[in-house]
Amino acid sequence: MNRLAIGFRLNGVAREVEVEPGDTLLEMLRDRLGIKSPKTGCDRGDCGACTVFLDGRTVRSCLVLAAEADGCDVVTLEGIAQIPGPLLRELAGHNSFQCGFCAPGVVLSALELLLAKPHPTRLEIQEAIAGNLCRCTGYTSIIEGIKAACGADAARDEAGPGGPAQTWGSALPIIEAACGADARTPPQPNSKGARP
Amino acid sequence: MTELEPLVDAAPATKVVGHSVQRIDGWEKITGAARYADDLEFGPGLLHACIVESPHGHARILRIDTSAAEKAPGVVRVVTGQDFPYRFGLYMQDRHIFAQDRVRFVGEQVAAVIACDAKTAARAAALVRVEYEPLPIVLDPVQAIEPDAALLHPELGTYPHVPWFFPRPQTNIAHWRKIRKGSIEEGFREADVILEDTYRVPRYAHCAIEPHSMTGLFDAAGRLTVWAASQSPFTQRNLFVQALGPLGLSHKDVRVIAPCVGGGFGGKAGVSCEIMAAALATAVQGQPVKVMWSRAQEFYNTYQRQGVVARVKLGVKRDGSITGLEHTLYWDAGAYVEYGANVVNAVGLSATGPYRIDNVSIDSICVYTNLPPGGPYRGFGYSEFFFGLESHMTRAAQAIQMDPVEFRRKNCIREGDTLAYGAEMNPNGLREAIDRTAAAIGWGTRETSADARKAIGKSLVLFWKAPAMPPNAASSAFLKFNEDASLNILISGMEIGQGLLTVMAQIASEILTVPVSKIRVETPDTDRNPYEWQTVASHVTWGCGNAVKNAAMDAREQIFALVERACGIARESLYLKDEKVRSRFRAGWELPLRDFAISGIQAPDHTFKGGPIMGRGMFMPEFSSAVSDPETGQGGHPNVHYTTGAGGIVLEIDRETGKTTVLKAALAVDVGKAINPDLIKGQIAGGLLQGLATALYEDMRFDENGRLLNANFADYKIPTALDIPGEVIPIIIETPQPDGPFGARGMGEHTMIPAAAMVANAIQDAVGVRLHSMPLTAEKIALA
Repeated sequence: MNRLAIGFRLNGVAREVEVEPGDTLLEMLRDRLGIKSPKTGCDRGDCGACTVFLDGRTVRSCLVLAAEADGCDVVTLEGIAQIPGPLLRELAGHNSFQCGFCAPGVVLSALELLLAKPHPTRLEIQEAIAGNLCRCTGYTSIIEGIKAACGADAARDEAGPGGPAQTWGSALPIIEAACGADARTPPQPNSKGARP
Repeated sequence: MTELEPLVDAAPATKVVGHSVQRIDGWEKITGAARYADDLEFGPGLLHACIVESPHGHARILRIDTSAAEKAPGVVRVVTGQDFPYRFGLYMQDRHIFAQDRVRFVGEQVAAVIACDAKTAARAAALVRVEYEPLPIVLDPVQAIEPDAALLHPELGTYPHVPWFFPRPQTNIAHWRKIRKGSIEEGFREADVILEDTYRVPRYAHCAIEPHSMTGLFDAAGRLTVWAASQSPFTQRNLFVQALGPLGLSHKDVRVIAPCVGGGFGGKAGVSCEIMAAALATAVQGQPVKVMWSRAQEFYNTYQRQGVVARVKLGVKRDGSITGLEHTLYWDAGAYVEYGANVVNAVGLSATGPYRIDNVSIDSICVYTNLPPGGPYRGFGYSEFFFGLESHMTRAAQAIQMDPVEFRRKNCIREGDTLAYGAEMNPNGLREAIDRTAAAIGWGTRETSADARKAIGKSLVLFWKAPAMPPNAASSAFLKFNEDASLNILISGMEIGQGLLTVMAQIASEILTVPVSKIRVETPDTDRNPYEWQTVASHVTWGCGNAVKNAAMDAREQIFALVERACGIARESLYLKDEKVRSRFRAGWELPLRDFAISGIQAPDHTFKGGPIMGRGMFMPEFSSAVSDPETGQGGHPNVHYTTGAGGIVLEIDRETGKTTVLKAALAVDVGKAINPDLIKGQIAGGLLQGLATALYEDMRFDENGRLLNANFADYKIPTALDIPGEVIPIIIETPQPDGPFGARGMGEHTMIPAAAMVANAIQDAVGVRLHSMPLTAEKIALA
């Protein structure tokens, strides 16, 4: 089988990997690179557990070929969790998840929404995470967690340390568009939902 | 005396128990740090297995040719049923690891190819040639008990089983639970109205988002380790030893490691596909083998929720009293019933629902069919029978022109009432549940939709459920202090999302005054953690909670005994506060736990007294017994207690299309004591939605050959975030359970049990249509 050499940025770090043409992005991340937050739930794009950011947009990594990531920015929950902002804190504070298996996908879908729309309606939150199946929670606690994180700070804080560009690469324009000129100001301490 | 308060176990003012603390496993899950079975790494030596499956619902296996597969490059080993001619099963040993001489459902495992990677294994599995002779199949439980029906298990009479099962050899009846109380003939004679009807419930899938993943390693020294997504590490260990016992395995040599579980709902209880990882590992000694279930396999070859055909006959008087109930349930239990037969049994014991009825006749019949094995699913049969029973209760009230809620108030069971099998009903707040649910949905007020094409309906139904478990199901806990007086608690109750780890930390925190943030509780390894039967039956808050509480009290005893011995302060005067030992005889004296929890207390002569504090706790319900008269079910105490409650709903239906929208749903459950109210609310929101989905659209569809037609999330729809009720009102009722930790009893399954009957009765209230079969789809409403 002809292996393909591809290069991309994974959570802000340049990587070069050889993949088989049929490998999915999910297989590459999980089996080759040890990135375990995207999960294999259905392997056909129905459940959303494998959600990652590809060039600033969420994709189902089980439906994307690894080779398609060549030259792209890939961001997973591992990258976002390095600097947890209000979204993660509020989800923790609201006991939003139960088994947690869907959490990585939900978090990324929610973040994509908050980047594009810092003050979404409840329905917009529901729509944003409607592609991420959760069997445990009945979604209410997740929606409440996201709602609590709403506001410009959410997207900004999650974006990364003293330079969102480092983590976010080509996702940065989306952040800046969503947050305006303050996008690079340091995260503000948040009193609610402090981690245990 | 107020200072003694912390010593009183059920102290009215608890500091941690009863508070909505943040989940101790929340952060690891939200950051992606949590590791599930499929996330574990086993290195480049890991082998992968692909399963060869039966395309027939019922057939004799004539010949298996594995030669082509064995020759494929990268294939390490091909195994068939001949390699493992051993029976196993939880309550009845009616299964084999791989099919022997016959297959009994489409998808049944016939052989396995073990190869160096998953794709090679899959390609080689297609090369295994199996010759079958198809046999007549039977898919319907009522047809399966006809004398001329195809017989699935000619050897049924030889299967070992628990003493409370009553199989009928040479039929497809694997178990028949009978309950007889009073005189059903007399009951119907007294009745002014007798109402009889049949209700049908299809099969359902658990749909945990995490598929089963299991890896086995049988090392060169004969030790078997299995890493599995599991609700039942110890029961799995026990069944691995049972199934592979002829290989000479001892329990001490078998180890099950259970990392985070991505949802269970019963689907990861007992032993289903996990057995294959254990068995295949023994076939390639020295190398780990992984079996990863696909979403499709998740649907067709794990346990499924059983279907049922239920005939309900109810006698009532004009004054609203119930004179008799005859309830006959034919369960479509599938090809193997080693676990599912106990679902049938549990329903037989409890199919009166939470009502006081003097004359009862229940027949709950477990029938083999050529469909995938039935088994445990959140609610354990109760959701299924409550659809018919609670539909019927509303209809009976209507038949005597009585308000259905008033009818339930009049007949609902109370503490001390005699249950159908003769034991006494436990304390419960069912009346309060009815009243508060009725208030929450505005019962008695008719609402009209702003849209003239739509009608609004309401209903209120009751539920109950007891843990279904062997009478000697045990829990145990170890609790270890660390140098800084933080704690590690070792249990084998599984965190399956319900919040068990957090609740156990709260219980220990309450007793020992160590804050929850300083307590770590993790998922188990059977080598390291003490015994727990299984995390099923909504019983671990109660059972494992009692064990953890006992372990914490044991540690506290050790602390007080040491302080008395080393410091000379009378034991009776000691109490804990804010991680310190204090004495009510010595104002101002205090000794922080961190000063001695590991290192001991230094005596005046500079020696040290004590050593690491380690608590040990155990719990088993010693009053329980499962043996009773086979013809009447009288004489035992099979259920430890019931959790009761009520569910109410307000829904809107489009009269033309039949489309149903849930505007409001309320669920009141008597949890005894809400150890963490927020987690209970989470169970209510989640369980209710799961129940509403089974009521409204989920449905497993099989073709005439027993092949599942919708084994994926596109064709078997589970709810998304857009499918939730307009409003969910959780109502927590606290009537203490005398033998529960701080009065708590379980409630996880109960939240989905009333959903189908809630919807069915509200549909009738809205548009006058009475549906007798689930799911209650728009199509059925529109066509009615």
